[in-house]
Amino acid sequence: MSIIAENLTYIYMPGTPFERAALRDINLKIDEGEFVGIIGHTGSGKSTLIQHFNGLLKPTEGRVVINGMDTTGKELKELRRLVGIVFQYPEHQLFEETVYKDIAFGLRKQDLTEEEAREEILKAVEVVGLNEDILEKSPFELSGGQKRRVAIAGVLVMKPSILILDEPTAGLDPRGRDEIFGFITRIHKEMGITVILVSHSMEDIARLVDRVIVMNEGTIEMDGRIEEVFADIGRLESIGLSAPQVAYLMKRLKTICPGINEKVYTVSAARDELLKHLKGKGA
Amino acid sequence: MINTSITIGQYIPGDSIIHRADPRTKILLSIAFMVVIFLVNSFWTFTAMALFVLLTVIISGVPVKYTLRGLKPIMFIIIFTAVINIFTTGGTPISQTVPFKYITWEGIILALRLAIRLALIIISGSLLTFTTTPILLTDGIEKLLSPFRKIGLPAHELAMMMSIALRFIPTLLEETDKIMKAQAARGADFDTGNLIQRAKSFVPVLVPLFVSAFRRADELATAMEARCYRGGTGRTRLRSLEFTDADVRIAVVTFIFFTGLLLLEYL
Repeated sequence: MSIIAENLTYIYMPGTPFERAALRDINLKIDEGEFVGIIGHTGSGKSTLIQHFNGLLKPTEGRVVINGMDTTGKELKELRRLVGIVFQYPEHQLFEETVYKDIAFGLRKQDLTEEEAREEILKAVEVVGLNEDILEKSPFELSGGQKRRVAIAGVLVMKPSILILDEPTAGLDPRGRDEIFGFITRIHKEMGITVILVSHSMEDIARLVDRVIVMNEGTIEMDGRIEEVFADIGRLESIGLSAPQVAYLMKRLKTICPGINEKVYTVSAARDELLKHLKGKGA
Repeated sequence: MINTSITIGQYIPGDSIIHRADPRTKILLSIAFMVVIFLVNSFWTFTAMALFVLLTVIISGVPVKYTLRGLKPIMFIIIFTAVINIFTTGGTPISQTVPFKYITWEGIILALRLAIRLALIIISGSLLTFTTTPILLTDGIEKLLSPFRKIGLPAHELAMMMSIALRFIPTLLEETDKIMKAQAARGADFDTGNLIQRAKSFVPVLVPLFVSAFRRADELATAMEARCYRGGTGRTRLRSLEFTDADVRIAVVTFIFFTGLLLLEYL
């Protein structure tokens, strides 16, 4: 299950005074089972790019191929089942009378019996860490964090092979955020789902993903492993981004004790590195 | 997805004499235009009116193609009324054979006139919103309606309602687009099926849209109260409307043009 974009260009509202190139000549390949982060300034084209991956937007030029299917082709339904997108604030898309019915919405177009559907829904609810007894409640009486999980369950229930999340933890408290990232990491590992995470938080990106794509003004500015991308702080800052805070701390510490390796980008890796260094000194 | 076809109500920034004119001038002249377009009848006066609209569009600097795009959503109404007119107007049939004997020359001419009138009204109306920011537009309406306050017309409240409505058109369109995409990503299908199925397929869009509209209304009300909004009485403006040279020039030219046309038509 791979994503390939070739010379992808997208023009927003062509033929009007508001015409603007949102994406310019994007070339990209994401392989099966990868956990990819996309970062970039507001308006850098992140959201436009991910909407090409399930055919919501069609390329103005170039093409996008998902698992051998061109997104302009006929298999749109199948494509949208394979590629699940969780948009920003997905709780705003809830509409049914009960949580159960809302999660079941994506399954309606599939040929499943009542029992099979129920089984899938229960599984999805369990994955996102919700209790079964909310299934018969109205989605509008849940808390913000619960609503968001219901919305994510509504995407997971279709068993996508590629899961794309646009700022899935925006506006949540730290605990809610950790829980959501917890089950995203789990399904990535256990089911081998390709996950693409769009985020503004460098900390989250550094902690979770293997590979980062940096977008700037509709083009791919950088694309590589965490260590490669965050090592070039100057370049990230020149396009209005930054490295994780702990990277700045390690850089400063390096001026005091030159022996440490400053190329760590998560708090836990920094802790390990410092402990190693301190022990080495003590011995 | 959808917001590219609806152009009316959108403001296009610019610095033409039409952009700079007072909103009251533009509103009054637009109304005058609508009256005149229903008073003229002959081929030449129609041509003159069309050229007049074209000229105003060119002066305003708004792309001509873009103003024509505003006609798309009402094309159906124009064609529908034109067809009704063609078949229901009495007069000389264009031929004696069966389908054609119901069509009269008078009907065709009436239909054409009506279609041109509707098209010109839409273009001139959208030109008003293209060249005037929603805030100026409602300020202008409020000023124009304020004499009627004496007979109990809530001019300020009406204007405030209008400006809020105008302000939220793009927001709600964007929201609709977002929700439609989110539901499409979950397998919703808006394009196939019969009329009832299609209407039903919009439930997943309309429910969240209403929920969010109510939420936004709530937030807006709180924000307005937090800034001590108390209605129109005693309220002053940051920018008060003033007529300038530009208004005088536009008004005089348009007035001479309209009077000339009406004289030609009726003398």
